[in-house]
Amino acid sequence: MGTADVEAVWRIESARIVAALTRFTGDFGLAEDAAQEAVAEALVSWPVAAPANPAGWLMATARRRAIDAIRRRTALQDRYALLAADPAVDEGFDPDRIDDDVLALMFVSCHPVLSPEARVALTLRVVGGLSSEEIARAFLVPVPTVQARITRGKKTIAAAGVPFELPAAGERRERLGDVLSVLYVIFTEGSTATSGDRLLRPDVAYEAIRLARTLAALQPDEPEVHGLLALCELTAARFPARTGPDGSPILLADQDRRRWDFSAIRRGLAALARASARGLGPYGLQAAIAATHAAAPSVEATDWDRIVVLYEALGRVAPSPVVELNRAVAVAMASGPAQALAIVDELIAADRLPGSHLVPTVRGELLARLGRRPEARAELELAARLCANERERSVVLRKAAALG
Amino acid sequence: MPKYMLIMRGTDETNAAMMASIDEAMAATHRFIEEMIKAGVLLAAEGLDDPSRGVVVDFSGETPVVTDGPYGETKELFGGYFLLDVASKQEAIEWAKRVPAVAGSKIEVRRVAGSDEVPQGNERSVEERAGRESRI
Repeated sequence: MGTADVEAVWRIESARIVAALTRFTGDFGLAEDAAQEAVAEALVSWPVAAPANPAGWLMATARRRAIDAIRRRTALQDRYALLAADPAVDEGFDPDRIDDDVLALMFVSCHPVLSPEARVALTLRVVGGLSSEEIARAFLVPVPTVQARITRGKKTIAAAGVPFELPAAGERRERLGDVLSVLYVIFTEGSTATSGDRLLRPDVAYEAIRLARTLAALQPDEPEVHGLLALCELTAARFPARTGPDGSPILLADQDRRRWDFSAIRRGLAALARASARGLGPYGLQAAIAATHAAAPSVEATDWDRIVVLYEALGRVAPSPVVELNRAVAVAMASGPAQALAIVDELIAADRLPGSHLVPTVRGELLARLGRRPEARAELELAARLCANERERSVVLRKAAALG
Repeated sequence: MPKYMLIMRGTDETNAAMMASIDEAMAATHRFIEEMIKAGVLLAAEGLDDPSRGVVVDFSGETPVVTDGPYGETKELFGGYFLLDVASKQEAIEWAKRVPAVAGSKIEVRRVAGSDEVPQGNERSVEERAGRESRI
């Protein structure tokens, strides 16, 4: 068995191993360390002698490392005795228990005491099974930065005394919102990189989708989980058409819709149907907007009125300047640029999106459509100066240049 | 993430063995499917009906010849598939090892070609795929 085989087993088993160890030891940081030591040992020993039961091997080794660590802490002798005597460890996995454990692991990784960066890193590491190297590559940060975020995160969890358990029923929905937002942050980072020279990092986006599917399987009665999954599937469906052969972005209007991933659209629509059981929440509404695009044969033939209504609904349940800006774009398509410009100018007057390249990008587009070319060009040049993604910037600059 | 198809390849003997303890086989398969759903990797899974109910359309001659199943000379029968979204071939293999398969049967692991692998400018293949998928 080579490194890739170890990684494959690890990816499938890591969440369950860390979750089970956390329950046994009551210490999330220790469990994570022990699991990492086990996988490090596997990388050395499996190529020499492959175990008959790789998952069991990892679990047993991680458990031994956890016991070693606890043994070293003399103050925890009692707990060690308890752990060593716990016969459940050897009985394999109880599926129901493990489901709750994995879910609890997600809640711990996305806990509000953590910084947003730590939530993302811990979720990818302990629930997703990604290495620090993989996370660093995905987020274009140095490996030591990721390691520091994980170490600090584990210390924060321990210092805050965060219990390893499912949040109480009353608190569950709010905490679930934290988990969803972390998954969505991971997805958006993969679907539009905030910096660097690549527009898409699909592997990051697909990891978020995988975790969203896991969450949907564990929390099937929560509509917004299906809403998030639908949003991710429907957005990812456009990935094949979103970049040209040279990696440059292709705008929605110019995308070859035949290249969209129709199986992903089908899965997204199925998830959206499950999300709409009791009216749509913020993710479900965004998914419904994506579904409207997916159903349209072209930009012109898109049901823009429906999209405007959906953005209005979204603005009510989850008001944000970005939603307003998107509503302005939809209004421009449904009713013309003049009405949309009024919405954008209101946003600017209220200074609700300071420093964002999106406002001048949209404003420039609207001015161009109104025939106010010099103003449009100035706006687009401003947008280019504010934009951190090189690929996006070049598109904006091309548009500015085309205005003469 | 790349997609892989795990193709079940049984024989008359393994099919008979499976049918002999069908309840157990169904329960094991159900558990396996649950596990893949919770891992977020399962996209689709289908099983094929009894091969004796199938037909074969043979193109050896000038015109297609239709014969009733079961296949005369086939040693291994395609019995069903799981379609997975996984990070690597090794991960697909790891899942394949966990299929509750009857002794003597086989699982073939095949990567599904991605749309981005369609040669650029090859309009026909893009159109073919889109036409196929939009109608399913």
